[in-house]
Amino acid sequence: MADHSTPNAAGAQTPDLTARQIRRMKRFDNPWRNPKLIWGAGLLLGIVAMGILGRIFWDPDLVFTGSGLTRQPPVGLENLRGQVGTWAHPLGTDGAGRDVLALLIIGAPNSLFVGVLASLIGMSIGIFLGFSAGFIRGRVDDVIRVLSDVMITIPPLLILVVFQAAYGDISLTMMAILIACFVWQSPTRLIRAQVLSMRESGYVQMARLSGASTMHIMFREMMPNLVPYLFGSFIANVTTSIVTAVGLEVLGLGPQRIPTLGRTIYEAINSGALIQNLYWWWGIPTILLALMFIGLLLINLGLDEVSNPRLRKL
Amino acid sequence: MGRIPASYLMNRAITLVLTIVIAATLIWLIPRLSPVDPAEIMLGRMTAGAGTVEGSEQILATLQERFGLNDPLLVQYAKYMRNILFLDFGLSTASFPTPVSTLIANALPWTIGLMLISIVITFLIGNLLGALMVWEHTPRLWKVAIPAAMVFTSIPPILSGLLLMWIFSAQLQWFPLTGAYGLTVEPGWSWDFAGSVLHHGFLPALSIVVVTFGFWALGMRGLMITVQGEDYTTLAKAKGLRPRYILYRYMIRNAILPQITAFALKIGLLIAGQVLVERIFAYNGMGKLLYDAILDQDFPVIQGVSFVIILMTALAVFIVDLVYPLIDPRIRHEAA
Repeated sequence: MADHSTPNAAGAQTPDLTARQIRRMKRFDNPWRNPKLIWGAGLLLGIVAMGILGRIFWDPDLVFTGSGLTRQPPVGLENLRGQVGTWAHPLGTDGAGRDVLALLIIGAPNSLFVGVLASLIGMSIGIFLGFSAGFIRGRVDDVIRVLSDVMITIPPLLILVVFQAAYGDISLTMMAILIACFVWQSPTRLIRAQVLSMRESGYVQMARLSGASTMHIMFREMMPNLVPYLFGSFIANVTTSIVTAVGLEVLGLGPQRIPTLGRTIYEAINSGALIQNLYWWWGIPTILLALMFIGLLLINLGLDEVSNPRLRKL
Repeated sequence: MGRIPASYLMNRAITLVLTIVIAATLIWLIPRLSPVDPAEIMLGRMTAGAGTVEGSEQILATLQERFGLNDPLLVQYAKYMRNILFLDFGLSTASFPTPVSTLIANALPWTIGLMLISIVITFLIGNLLGALMVWEHTPRLWKVAIPAAMVFTSIPPILSGLLLMWIFSAQLQWFPLTGAYGLTVEPGWSWDFAGSVLHHGFLPALSIVVVTFGFWALGMRGLMITVQGEDYTTLAKAKGLRPRYILYRYMIRNAILPQITAFALKIGLLIAGQVLVERIFAYNGMGKLLYDAILDQDFPVIQGVSFVIILMTALAVFIVDLVYPLIDPRIRHEAA
């Protein structure tokens, strides 16, 4: 037996493993080194990097109308008029002569910004309301519960359509704040449920008996256990917020003067880009948005596996 | 309904009524806070059409009177709430004097039809694929292919719609580009019309299905993993039942019921996504109505469409909440 296994510190027998197997076991020890999580984060970082590096290495002023000839194809491709794309506009130009690459460099971070800001605000409201409901209980809990049940049914897009149709042009930040009014419900419900189940658990009672303050129990004892759930809820909300923002932009609402991916798609559809085969105009923003959503989904799936080890089989 | 406690019923009914009241109030309140005046928009449209309008001051006053804009706000609110109870949203300002309810009544069947078809197909495909992801007898190729296909989940259907539209309508020309039925067919109960509707509806439905089945598949996968470890599954295997029989009769039957509750959380996003798909395909439903109304600044229509869609969502959630305890006997509601 001695040559096949070695007793470890606890005195139990561990089977002999090759170096590679040990490395794989160790990787499983640290749930955060999850391939889905890493790929998803990589995709999003790539988009952010494109936004930052693009501003340095490419001229962001090309987003203005008339920066080049209209409807030029990407490099090496030909449009219906037989013009071949040049390096002056590597991804082509749109119907108003704006450079598509510059539109992506400015527009993609804008979409992410709306999503992250809306989700951050929604998350903060959710944490506050969820903890209040779970801790104070009684009337406060009833009101918060019913309100979040009610608001979770209302699709944000439709209320925001009414809002923006009435007010016209708004800024990116304003749009994020408006969307945030509709993404606080799911974190509230999640945190309330977790807090209700945690307050009865041993370590919370222990902390209460040792005279810890409510704040200490909430943020030092309970919060660390909620981190994977909070992250998951945050990412899901970023997705919902971006979907809502893109939806508004594709309906022709949202910020009118700032380039966003949704607005680019809206202008392309309205100018008949599908029939005229100007695929780069709507296609490249569409694919970039799709990549953004795929990245967010992968992060979310990875986080699910971090918080629920039973899912890690796949 | 004997098994559902009255308190649960009350709770759900209160949520339903509150949802409708809050949505209606928001939809009423938001435009009131804005400086835009619907009477001025209508007059502006007249001026744009005719150059100058004789006696425009008088028309403006009449319109404001007609729309009830001179009443105190509370009176306006009370009138609005009473009207909305009877689904009366007033007259469209863009296609004056058609009532908004007529426009919505014409568009609603298309939206509900497209929604039911795409939801049923998605639910079936998604749950089956989710179950196959966990089942140990799934062919190896499927086990690789299903997770790969799931990457498209969480992409909004408008993006998949654009791509499918370009490939199958613009490039291959297999399907028509826009509309819900052909211009040459007469709407009615004929085979021609039915064929045309199916032909036009295929791509919009497909673009919703390809990006939403993954939601159900993911939920199903989690539930199947739980069911897989249950004693009754082990017993069924020990009895030597055929694997396929165990999958359908033991595992999926037990795992699928909680999936129905996921409707309640998802249905709002599904409807909002579909509205956008209808807009890009110019499908004759609520989405197109809403988009045209936004272009025309037609406020009564925007309000009416938003309200009816929220009403549909709230009713769907209410029905799921009511039906679910009846079909899943494992659920017991405590009087809370």
